[in-house]
Amino acid sequence: MIELRGLRKAFGANTVLDGIDLDVGRGESLVVIGGSGTGKSVLLKCILGLVTPDAGTIRLDGQDTREMPRDAFLARFGMLFQGGALFDSLPVWQNVAFRHLKDGLSRPEARARAVDSLARVGLPERTADLYPAELSGGMQKRAALARAIAASPQVIFFDEPTAGLDPIMAGVINRLIREAVTDLGATAVTITHDMTTVHAVADRVGLLHGGHLRWMGPAAELDRSGDPYVEQFIHGRAQGPIATLR
Amino acid sequence: MILTALARLGAWTLGLLAGIGRFAAFTAETVSHAVRPPFHGREIGLALLQVGWLSLPVVGLTALFTGGALALQIYAGGNRFGAEAVVPQIVAIGMVRELGPVLVGLMIAARVTSSIAAEIATMKVTEQIDALVTLSTHPMKYLVLPRVLAGLVSVPLLVAVGDVIGILGGWFVATERLGFVSTPYLRNTINFLEPLDILSSLAKGAVFGFLAALMGCWFGMTSGRGAMGVGRATKSAVVAAAVAILAANLILTEAFFSA
Repeated sequence: MIELRGLRKAFGANTVLDGIDLDVGRGESLVVIGGSGTGKSVLLKCILGLVTPDAGTIRLDGQDTREMPRDAFLARFGMLFQGGALFDSLPVWQNVAFRHLKDGLSRPEARARAVDSLARVGLPERTADLYPAELSGGMQKRAALARAIAASPQVIFFDEPTAGLDPIMAGVINRLIREAVTDLGATAVTITHDMTTVHAVADRVGLLHGGHLRWMGPAAELDRSGDPYVEQFIHGRAQGPIATLR
Repeated sequence: MILTALARLGAWTLGLLAGIGRFAAFTAETVSHAVRPPFHGREIGLALLQVGWLSLPVVGLTALFTGGALALQIYAGGNRFGAEAVVPQIVAIGMVRELGPVLVGLMIAARVTSSIAAEIATMKVTEQIDALVTLSTHPMKYLVLPRVLAGLVSVPLLVAVGDVIGILGGWFVATERLGFVSTPYLRNTINFLEPLDILSSLAKGAVFGFLAALMGCWFGMTSGRGAMGVGRATKSAVVAAAVAILAANLILTEAFFSA
């Protein structure tokens, strides 16, 4: 469904992505792991067009994304940002129903759909009229997840979905992500360095390091990959090929 | 040593020119969105409320006190050569041609430019602008255009209100403190003002409002990361807006009133 070929991106002298080749199949849940600053978020932002790659091609269902109508392309995606990125100036329901409202749905109908989406992530109706700043961190994340899945996108990106959450709330978010993939039949790409998330949501895992996908394989094989980079990362060792000072 | 200094100067000049180019492109893109649907009516309405209606108290108070102080100053100054009677005319022309638009412009720079820059910069830092894009919404259309339109439309109205309140501030001080009679004071004020005075005042308001909102949006959209980035964007926006308003005032005054 998503094909990346030779994707490169540098910021000044710092090459973040150095010729990434990647295929993500329809309905697959891919998790990309890697240390901080290795370009995981940049990878997602390149696919969405938020960051312009220096070289390489990105195809969605075989079509070069640069040739696709922008709105139609983006309508197929949902994204959960690391900090939620809920719009401060809008109540929660308008955040969740943002795309519905933009597409001309009446406000009562859009609100009803937002309430449904909020219920799907375990948030009660009373949260719909609150502003994001009135929610706890975990509730904000769930509201942002509700926004990401509200329009039933074909592809959902999750950027560090459990960052800053306690283990219980992280578990809730992981379950919701897995449900989104299973129930909606969506294709998911999750970037994280939380190994609990990896085990909870991944069908396949890739390790991004030094601008390359260093290792890629089924989630079940992660613990016996035999790759020293993967071994160091998943066990959180200070010693190994991955420098701790980056 | 000299070559290094020249290289630095060259790099600085190139950076400055590149910045001016980017700002010009930003301005052109903003204007181009004004004639390309879709338009976000609700956002435009909210921006009008924020920029225009909610600025009324500070604009009114600024104009009121300035008009009163101006009457006192002109009376004291005119007294030196027996020209106290020109207070209504000078207060009127001073407020309408110069102090009204400039003070309102600077108040808008302080209140609105800072708010726009901080809000947009915070949205950028917290990825809300990226989120807008992923929801198929153009940030220039959703964030920038409504605010710039609101500045363009509402600041001339604020200037008109400020002109009137400033003149009334002068009238109040003149009649209560300086012994002027109300009706002749107001008649002199109205008879002295010409349509060009009012036109120039409103035109200055429109230009100042456009500049103030545009600067807030530009520095917000180009802000750096973190709290320091937001703070720097806000400070730079206010300074740039204030300087741009004062420079534009000189140019417009020359354009309207040069002999």
